[in-house]
Amino acid sequence: MEIYGFGLVALCMFIGSFIGRFIGDIIGVQGDVGGVGFAMLLLVLVTNYFEKKGKHFDEKTSKGIVFLSALYIPVVVAMASIQNVVAAFAGGLVAFAAGGLATIGGLLLVPIISKLTVKEDMKMEDKK
Amino acid sequence: MAIDILKSLFLSYGLVGAFGLIALIMLISYGLTGAIKQKRMGSAVAIIVGLVLAYIAGKITGGSKGLADIEIFAGVGLLGGSMLRDFTIISTAYGVKIENLKKAGLPGIVSLIAGIFSSFLIGAVVAVLLGYRDAAEITTIAGGAVTFIVGPVTGTALGVSSEVIALSIAAGVVKSVLTMIVTPFIAPIIKLDNPTAAMVYGGLIGTTSGVAGGLAATDTKLVPYGAMTATFVTGLGSLLVPSIGFLIIRGIFN
Repeated sequence: MEIYGFGLVALCMFIGSFIGRFIGDIIGVQGDVGGVGFAMLLLVLVTNYFEKKGKHFDEKTSKGIVFLSALYIPVVVAMASIQNVVAAFAGGLVAFAAGGLATIGGLLLVPIISKLTVKEDMKMEDKK
Repeated sequence: MAIDILKSLFLSYGLVGAFGLIALIMLISYGLTGAIKQKRMGSAVAIIVGLVLAYIAGKITGGSKGLADIEIFAGVGLLGGSMLRDFTIISTAYGVKIENLKKAGLPGIVSLIAGIFSSFLIGAVVAVLLGYRDAAEITTIAGGAVTFIVGPVTGTALGVSSEVIALSIAAGVVKSVLTMIVTPFIAPIIKLDNPTAAMVYGGLIGTTSGVAGGLAATDTKLVPYGAMTATFVTGLGSLLVPSIGFLIIRGIFN
């Protein structure tokens, strides 16, 4: 059933957030440290474990999860619409500078890291 | 009278009304981008429409919660709140194969780490240069420079104000939109013409919508390679930025 997919993601979310909040408590930060990341990692591990065992998820269970992930962009749009944008615009330069420079920085790193991997490939060919 | 009934409908069916409203925003955004044959920019446009509506609502109500401050749109606050946001983000990890992670291999891993680190560093430097001194706020803005999800996830975890969370989303949206626009022009310069480079590019840029849009405009065959690594950035960023990232920033500024 589709609801099983929801349930699985819910379980991952609770376990992941538990770990995140536990770490938060330990390091003395209010709230959740990486809970969403842990939950995603857990979902990847669980689904891959079942695939490896040859036990594929029931199609409807899988549909439940796919349906949730299809809601991701609409939920993000809703999230954008409830932000304090008026206040953000007051310091909008930060957003443009941070986002813009991060993009340019990332793009410029592409040839450098690609080159590193070409060398790696050549080494492997040499060994052959 | 009809207006009163309509209003009471929005009040009693808040979340359903929010689904309808967001569907309408998506419809208009994809309609607009479809009309100029740029359909892949639909999600970025829809997010911008959301931010614009939040701006207008903020101007009207003087509140800090955008559309959710308008009584009849309060349901959007539930739909766009951290509960459903985290729930749906986690679900996107479904279908990621560990083998694919390994297949991307060294270039993928290096680009993931380098992408998150460089974006985080640039975002943090910009935040500090522009006067932010609170470690949680700097970390949130730096998270926004990674992707428009990492920023709010970080900000919510560290308990910063909605203003800073909005800034981090805006930074991520700037990144996403800019990526879609400049990628086809800059692709020949950075030799973005093969699967390996596309995987590296996906990991470095990280915004899935930006990467998918940018690669679609460059060479559609490269889209899955870039998207594959890009999908890991938000998860890995959500894990690293509020934890290690915050500890580093707090170490420097406390």
